[in-house]
Amino acid sequence: MTTQAIAGLNLEVDAEGFLTNPNDWNREIAEAMAAELGIELTPRHWEVIEFCRKDFQETGTVPTLRRITKVGGVPTKEIYKLFPKGPAKKVAKIAGLSKPTGCI
Amino acid sequence: MSENGNGNGSGAERKLCIICSKGTLDMAYPGLVLANAALMEGIDVTMFFTFWGLDIINKKKMKHLKATPLGNPSMGMPNILGVLPGVTAMASSMMQKTIEKLDFPPVDEYLEMIHDAGGKLYSCRMAMDMMNLSKDDLFDEVDDVIGAMEFMEMSEGAQVLFI
Repeated sequence: MTTQAIAGLNLEVDAEGFLTNPNDWNREIAEAMAAELGIELTPRHWEVIEFCRKDFQETGTVPTLRRITKVGGVPTKEIYKLFPKGPAKKVAKIAGLSKPTGCI
Repeated sequence: MSENGNGNGSGAERKLCIICSKGTLDMAYPGLVLANAALMEGIDVTMFFTFWGLDIINKKKMKHLKATPLGNPSMGMPNILGVLPGVTAMASSMMQKTIEKLDFPPVDEYLEMIHDAGGKLYSCRMAMDMMNLSKDDLFDEVDDVIGAMEFMEMSEGAQVLFI
């Protein structure tokens, strides 16, 4: 665990740059992380991010991609367009959550 | 961490080709799960279905794949029982129910997810001929029917997995 300066704050992150404490998150952090991944956040991106955070708060687990499509109502094709190449990890990182562990 | 799925950050995109040659329920899922997981990691995925693997993309068979304890010591049933009528159907049904209970996607949904995530699905021309199948018999999202040499070209530089 190390600290990293993101959006003007010194935050605790793991070896891959995921926030270790989801409560440290704010929208500026999301913007900064998205920028680092080369993603420009649109309102649709925010819907996905907000769903993931809400789902994590309700279930205690980071939602898998399938949960985002089935429960969050975002089709698979769209998720891969919004967060190309490795969406599960990218969404979790931008949303200030840890890596999802599910296989689906 | 690089975003192209290549752990060493070299910038080259990681590619995975999975050859599915088996058509039983227990041998269909490994390929599907790995393909989908690779796509979620940002890895470029191509699946090649050949011989019994064609059952996985065969519209008539994909929802009725079987698993048998016969000749399969891992399933823990002596062959002398595995050979009895109905045992394969029962084992298949039990496995299918477990899959549903755990809310894992069925085969057709998995293929749809893989396709939507950008994975490519190909069937083997030679196996199709042997089994007298046409592209119409196959799942709609199968990209094309190709031969082994074309597969060799496609898989250049890729990690290849044979299931």
